[in-house]
Amino acid sequence: MAGGIYEKYKSDGSLAGNVLEWVDARFPATSMWKGHLSEYYAPKNFNFWYFFGSLALLVLVIQIVTGIFLVMHYKPDAALNAAGVPVAFASVEYIMRDVPGGWIIRYMHSTGASAFFIVVYLHMFRGLIYGSYRKPRELTWLFGVGIFLVLMGEAFFGYLLPWGQMSYWGAQVIVNLFGAIPVIGNDLSIIIRGDFIVGDATLNRFFSFHVIAFPLVLIGLVAAHILALHETGSNNPDGIDIKEKKDEHGIPLDGIPFHPYYTVKDIVGVVVFLMVFSAVMFFAPEGGGYFLETPNFYPADPLKTPPHIAPVWYFTPYYSILRAMVWNFFGLDAKFWGVVAMGASVVVFAFLPWLDRSPVRSIRYRGPITKAMVTLFVICFFILGYLGTLSPSPMGELVSQICMVFYFAFFLGMPWWSRMDKFKPVPERVTMK
Amino acid sequence: MSNQGKVDCGRRRLIVATAAVGGVGAVGALVPFVSSLLPSERAKAAGAPVEVDIGKLAEGQMMTVEWRGKPVWIINRTKDMLATLPKLDDKVADPKSEVASQQPAYAANPTRSVKENLLVVIGICTHLGCSPSSKFKAGAEEGMTADWLGGFLCPCHGSTFDFAGRVFKAKPAPTNLEIPPHVYLTDPRILIGEDKKGA
Repeated sequence: MAGGIYEKYKSDGSLAGNVLEWVDARFPATSMWKGHLSEYYAPKNFNFWYFFGSLALLVLVIQIVTGIFLVMHYKPDAALNAAGVPVAFASVEYIMRDVPGGWIIRYMHSTGASAFFIVVYLHMFRGLIYGSYRKPRELTWLFGVGIFLVLMGEAFFGYLLPWGQMSYWGAQVIVNLFGAIPVIGNDLSIIIRGDFIVGDATLNRFFSFHVIAFPLVLIGLVAAHILALHETGSNNPDGIDIKEKKDEHGIPLDGIPFHPYYTVKDIVGVVVFLMVFSAVMFFAPEGGGYFLETPNFYPADPLKTPPHIAPVWYFTPYYSILRAMVWNFFGLDAKFWGVVAMGASVVVFAFLPWLDRSPVRSIRYRGPITKAMVTLFVICFFILGYLGTLSPSPMGELVSQICMVFYFAFFLGMPWWSRMDKFKPVPERVTMK
Repeated sequence: MSNQGKVDCGRRRLIVATAAVGGVGAVGALVPFVSSLLPSERAKAAGAPVEVDIGKLAEGQMMTVEWRGKPVWIINRTKDMLATLPKLDDKVADPKSEVASQQPAYAANPTRSVKENLLVVIGICTHLGCSPSSKFKAGAEEGMTADWLGGFLCPCHGSTFDFAGRVFKAKPAPTNLEIPPHVYLTDPRILIGEDKKGA
């Protein structure tokens, strides 16, 4: 929508007006402002679920700003210092204890990591229930899946940096996952580590990926995600297209300008979010051992795996799927299939726009099958996530296998169950429930 | 400036040829970047063998030494521990150490060792590289099942190994724990990382 269709700003003769006119003649300031904010018409029936996109953007800013300041004191060095502690681990302790304000910046960053995933999972769930991924928003959804993948990489690289026990052994396990790929796997994991073991080379390249490569890609994808969204216009809880009913000026009857209406609404979301965020950051920065895991307060020891190792909570559903895969197929062992299943469980989201064959988008106008499937999917996701935090057990293995099967059945069976389901007629105009 | 009508095919071919040559150059420019990801010369050099004194290793004890950044366990197995091995032949995935990559030929025997009692093994799970924990006590005492005869449990994904580092069937780890090349020097000493008495 931006670019070309808006009139250039004409000065009213004031100094500020003259400056803006000068700028606008050389840069699409007015058209970007109008196209993306003051004349971007969003459906008027956004509800609670529509807070999480802007909150994700807020957390991204928090992570970038706190990250910039952390890098000023952090040292990616696995060598032992005079006291026999790895330099990287010691530099995090230094930030926590000796750098003025360091502890708060570090806790903002570590709490921000978990907050990022909470917000993004809720944002994805919103897309799932209201069919936001469906035509014509497939690309918005695909950029979103890309953001999710990059975010997982970003979180994984970042988790190695404190060089604690969980950092080290978590990285060891995940890098070795690539070793399970037939033929090239072993060399690939050596290229990722830069050494035959997780060591200083690994720490330095993960640092580089975490602070430069992945954030750059992430910001690019976020821009693409928003541009694609603004090209098609936002979906809404009714899943109907507001552009079909326009007034004489070509403005959707059910649309309101994003600014000021939704910027102001989102500020309410921001205030509530920051209250919760601050409460966690000040009173429970370790998140009960889920946000910062206890073994990570011990420096990395390549000779000893902690008795209980689990990834951070946001990876545990996929980790459970990895562990649930214990069968050999086609002459390839379970280790490889575990990796395939884990990768597939994330990538399968990208296919949603083409798997869903229901005639309506929103769950509001779908029948009992969709509601049951989505509910069961969420339950399975939570069970898998919970089991992924526990030590392996035969019972846990069986339950996670059942959940894994359902997880994939949800997606791969969708072309059938979404068509079989009953649906209600959708309204002409959005409803304000 | 629209080129309605005919396209000059000669020019078009030149454009394609130029782009192809440029593309080759661009791919060539990737070489230093990709090769910089490989282990450095310093990393490749850091694989010296380790000499260990096992004189103080009493029966039933285990010690851990570092070789190439990995834990190597040396376990002085008791008679009881060794007696569990034949009983497990049908429960482990590779009872006869047939996967050649997992041990030197001189350790491809029922105890997977040079000296019957002394097991020298890399303490890295063949699944995803965690270091298994020792669960030497038989039965459920250390959180294992009641029919457990003693061995190792990988805390990451639950693979179990017996006292010869042999993996149990239907576990995520595909192969037995790896036996490193090693050689016994003058009595209480052992060299890990080399087969022969190197210079």
